Amino acid sequence: MLKANANVQRGSVDSGISATARLRIMQAAMFIGLISLWYVLTETEILPTFFFGQPIEVFKCVVQWFITGEIFYHLWVTLVETVLGFVIGSSLALVCGLWFALSPTASALSDPYIKAINAMPRVILAPIFSLWFGLGIWSKVALGVTLVFFVVFFNVYQGVKEVSPVVLSNARMLGASRGQLLRTVYLPSATSWVFSSLHTSVGMAFVGAVVGEYLGSAAGVGYLILQAEGVFDVNTVFAGIVVLTMAALILDALVGVVEQRLLRWRPA
Amino acid sequence: MADAIAIQSAPAIAFKGITCCFPKATGKRRAGAEVYTAVKDVSLEIREGEFVSVVGPTGCGKSTLLNVAAGLIAPTSGTAEIFGAPLRGGINRDAGYMFQAESLMAWRTALQNVMVGLEYRGVSAAEARERAISWLAKVGLAGFEDRYPHQLSGGMRKRVSLAQMLVLDPRIVLLDEPFSALDAQTRVLMENELLGLWAANQKSVLFITHDLEEAISMSDRVVVLSAGPAAHPIAEFEIDLPRPRDVSEIRLTEQFLKLHHEIWSVMKEEVLKGYAQSKR
Repeated sequence: MLKANANVQRGSVDSGISATARLRIMQAAMFIGLISLWYVLTETEILPTFFFGQPIEVFKCVVQWFITGEIFYHLWVTLVETVLGFVIGSSLALVCGLWFALSPTASALSDPYIKAINAMPRVILAPIFSLWFGLGIWSKVALGVTLVFFVVFFNVYQGVKEVSPVVLSNARMLGASRGQLLRTVYLPSATSWVFSSLHTSVGMAFVGAVVGEYLGSAAGVGYLILQAEGVFDVNTVFAGIVVLTMAALILDALVGVVEQRLLRWRPA
Repeated sequence: MADAIAIQSAPAIAFKGITCCFPKATGKRRAGAEVYTAVKDVSLEIREGEFVSVVGPTGCGKSTLLNVAAGLIAPTSGTAEIFGAPLRGGINRDAGYMFQAESLMAWRTALQNVMVGLEYRGVSAAEARERAISWLAKVGLAGFEDRYPHQLSGGMRKRVSLAQMLVLDPRIVLLDEPFSALDAQTRVLMENELLGLWAANQKSVLFITHDLEEAISMSDRVVVLSAGPAAHPIAEFEIDLPRPRDVSEIRLTEQFLKLHHEIWSVMKEEVLKGYAQSKR
């Protein structure tokens, strides 16, 4: 923030155009430059179009998807998987995190297992989930849950451990019972940690959904990519990636808005 | 009638031979080896409606004593009696406690913070709200109900803490250097306000501070604690300054200076001892 302000000041002295505007122009120029480079290199066949696609074809494919409306169904499926994975994963993690943080026995007993499961590359569970839950959305949700769970779990665990002892003593002096302590001190404090890991965990749920789709599915953007790859249609693969990136950016912006609403009490 | 007298004569707080030991925080854990005795054999009474200050060098176990009275820690030996009934493992329900450190719930607004104790007691939301609003007004925070703690100044947060405690109308008030983090001006304001509130509704107050001037200007009685470990009361002074008092004006009176000199001469040695220990 400070840095940006400093730039603004210097910019206005140098040229009269604000530095942020200049930065935006340069960012746009960089984008156009890279796309042009891609275009020229593939058009002149320096890079084989078979492997690298063509920007215009990719663009056409994206536009086509939106005009025909074909993409909306697939985007919807991916989004539903993401949201379900996030909600189920973080709820489970919230409950487990609270439980483990408040019960030393439970935490001591399961510590090595938690560490082992966390260390395991969990994407490898996808085939098992496909077997268990089929090719529908639930195998993707399950993968998303395993990814989201640990991000949120460790945050909640840490959050509960770091509840100020003074705030706790104060609540006890004000007459809180054990249950009330959980509801009015531990839970709000833990929830705030869930929200502070929101960007990471929503991202994880998205990864779970797309990877799950890519490994076997009947719908979703990952499925579109998988289909296109099957027929060596590299332009469509790129188009899928572009759509996924846009969706991820929009999702992240939405999360930012939600976060701001929910963490109003936090100092900026 | 006899009953009434008996109840009145039971002290609000009576420490009877309180000793508190803690395992020492040394790296190696040898069973039962290192024990730190914070306070040793403390006997002290706070009468109903009395304002008592405990002063002593930093780290002498003043807060330990307060935590015993609050029921937050159990003494290793001895008993604490509250209005004649011994406190056995559990929170002192008659007491309100104001902490030195920040104790407000950051995720609740000022109003919700003041309401929380009433919520715990099952008071209806509407009534709790009404009472909390009136207490916020009493501590001079009308119009700040919907602010979160981080949007308030240090002094304002202390006022919220004060309202949070007093809205429950406790018979005993425990204060652990509540104003030590405030700047000098705010501090005097808060001290006067506290005295005003206390005068309006004489509660029994146990006030912990390391600031002798604060102790004298506010209390009926000042107890000096020795330097730790094994701190214990070494002297007691009745403060017979007239009330109502203005804490900033009373500090200039001759009587105050005389008392200050008297108490300081006792305290000085302990402070030096405490200082030497903290350097080791």
